[in-house]
Amino acid sequence: MSNSQDIDSANAKQEFTITVYTENQIGILNRIAIIFSRRKINIESLNVSPSEIEHIHRFNILITETEEVVRKLARQIEKQVEVLKVYFNTNEDIIWQELALYKVPTDTIQEKVLVERLLRENGARAVVIRKDYTVFETTGHRTETDKLIEVLQPYGLIEFVRSARVAIIKDSTGFNSKLREFERLDPGHDVIENEFLDKEKNVFTM
Amino acid sequence: MDTLQEVTTTPAAPKETKQVTGSVALLEGLIAEGTETIFGYPGGAIMPIYDAIYDYKEKLNHILVRHEQGATHAAQGFARTSGKVGVVFATSGPGATNLVTGLADAQIDSTPLVCITGQVFAHLLGTDAFQETDVINITTPVTKWNYQVTDANEIPAALAKAFYIARSGRPGPVLIDITKNAQMQLFDYEGYTPCTHIRSYRPKPIIRNEYIEQAAALINSAKKPFILFGQGVSLGNAEAEFQAFVEKSGIPAAWTILGAGAIPTDHPLNVGMLGMHGNYGPNVQTNECDVLIAIGMRFDDRVTGRLDKYAKQAKVVHLDIDPAEIDKNVKADVPVWGDCKETLPLLTKLVTEKTHPEWLAEFKAFEKIEKEDLIEPELNPQSGELTMGEVIHQLNILTKGEAVIVSDVGQHQMVACRYGKLNASRLTVTSGGLGTMGFGLPAAIGAKFGAPNRTVVAVIGDGGFQMTLQELGTIMQFGVDVKILILNNQFLGMVRQWQQLFNEKRYSFVDITSPDFVKLAESYYIAGKKVTERADLVGSLEQMLQHPGSFLLEVMVSKEHNVFPMVPQGCSVGEIRLK
Repeated sequence: MSNSQDIDSANAKQEFTITVYTENQIGILNRIAIIFSRRKINIESLNVSPSEIEHIHRFNILITETEEVVRKLARQIEKQVEVLKVYFNTNEDIIWQELALYKVPTDTIQEKVLVERLLRENGARAVVIRKDYTVFETTGHRTETDKLIEVLQPYGLIEFVRSARVAIIKDSTGFNSKLREFERLDPGHDVIENEFLDKEKNVFTM
Repeated sequence: MDTLQEVTTTPAAPKETKQVTGSVALLEGLIAEGTETIFGYPGGAIMPIYDAIYDYKEKLNHILVRHEQGATHAAQGFARTSGKVGVVFATSGPGATNLVTGLADAQIDSTPLVCITGQVFAHLLGTDAFQETDVINITTPVTKWNYQVTDANEIPAALAKAFYIARSGRPGPVLIDITKNAQMQLFDYEGYTPCTHIRSYRPKPIIRNEYIEQAAALINSAKKPFILFGQGVSLGNAEAEFQAFVEKSGIPAAWTILGAGAIPTDHPLNVGMLGMHGNYGPNVQTNECDVLIAIGMRFDDRVTGRLDKYAKQAKVVHLDIDPAEIDKNVKADVPVWGDCKETLPLLTKLVTEKTHPEWLAEFKAFEKIEKEDLIEPELNPQSGELTMGEVIHQLNILTKGEAVIVSDVGQHQMVACRYGKLNASRLTVTSGGLGTMGFGLPAAIGAKFGAPNRTVVAVIGDGGFQMTLQELGTIMQFGVDVKILILNNQFLGMVRQWQQLFNEKRYSFVDITSPDFVKLAESYYIAGKKVTERADLVGSLEQMLQHPGSFLLEVMVSKEHNVFPMVPQGCSVGEIRLK
């Protein structure tokens, strides 16, 4: 890429998925959210869940912004005491999915639709089938989950819900190794181990 | 910092458990952290802590302020002059919300504070109980870290974490909100263990040698290198390392208002103050230098003026402990992440010993113009009304650069910063980032506790003084020796100056009437005097400085005098105006 193209792509707004690893601590969601809201940046999707490492949570935050803004945001997030690491990636750098649930009237769907074909074509499955309604589930990119809304809308779609984006970074060795590196580079002092902090689950109760 | 290092190298004593209340554990922890002075105000939700401190009067000096905002500013003044952590107590609800201005000020100026607030009983949280506010959420944006304690067992660890976070890395304010039941609760106390490590917290970035090498190569190749330094130098206790770097490299250095004094004002390579009301030379030369070396400063917009026209010709080397500051406002060609106490010696080792006589002469030429056109008539007027500059000039002569100068916010602040002479670091205390009017008087109280052997002069405008003048009560009650110098121009001067220059003299609500400040001081049993004539100025300043104890000196200065030079809003630093 030429230099001017680099500058253009850095200044163009696009979707970025920010992945944040934090200690599992009350209030950290608010600290992170404030970093966006004080700059009047809208979070399009937010997922918080425990990670593969005990006591460490993983955030996936989706925003549409320029790379320069995202880089600055990432540094501000990483500056928070309870944040271990922040990554930011474009859609090309990640594998991502969203989960969607669709509730439709069972009688209509049985009468008017070739359900099997509908599910096959849209990669969906039935989660619940009751007399009064049926719930379908599908996962995929936004376009895929949107498509099923369009398909089901004529048959009296009662309710629809979509999860936040969850994403795995393609070019990553996982956070386990990063955490080990952190602790190798910056170990705690030998003399003092803060015993209360080590027992945070037992002591830091609210 | 010394206290922490001292404690961490001492082997841990065998643990003995004893039953104490959460309040006692808190006070024991504060003492273990080296706290001697606390600024605070009691109330219902913090009463157990105040009850406990009654038995600790010998070890902990509690200063009862007149408003919780005053407590935070006093703690800031204390922290800035002493280099230690300032400690504040306040009760729940209104007591805690009154801390917000001070917290915001401390956050933007990187001042280490530990604020302890009382909170309603844990079982009442979220019920809109009497004097309950959601202090944690209110203070989140203005603290480096905060935490709510609901069980006494948490207190030692939370306090240890608070001190560690407040003073390490880029310092800042932290707040611990303790519910009343936790303050009263008895628990098995095993003693206090300072915190020295938090898994998720990296106070200092790892220094990368390749950047030190790149920075040195850039500096060595420069024809017109220029150093900008900020408070990072004194926060890192790196004054000696900084001076060694400046002297070996022979590079002219200019300061931000919080960086003032890291090298003495009269140092031959100190070329003056940066920014909107800074000196002529350093502002113009920022747009002429070929390599700009920013050390522990954050390119505030008051320093840079218009960013798209700021130092575009220069390669920028930025030394900072906070990675988020790199590239935030000004793009760095070479980022030197790290504590400048560690990075500066590495850099000094690699830079060539040099002088830059021709380049330095260019600064001197600007200095000459500024001196003749502006400084001389400002500092030595022969007739007309008294100027703020001449008051500060005479104060400098009498204090010989040894006094702590605390300033409030406004025109007098810029004058005090421009003309204040400082022989050492930590002699200037001002609200730089937040620009908090009302900061000066309480900050001076704290500054005196932080530097008890120095003369402390609070330079305050007539407007700012009236925002926190209730702290005269604190001065009275605790016999704090603060010299209060009010520069009274009968206006909210800085806003008036802008209205004159940019709003066609539409002086909208800047004409402020003041009480008789001397009589007011008298009512607080504080000696005072008012000066209106030039002939009385020096004698009155001498009287103030020689007076045993606090003294209020009100000096009537020119009403419509403006602070120049000035980089007008929306202009580049190169467009600085001398008049």
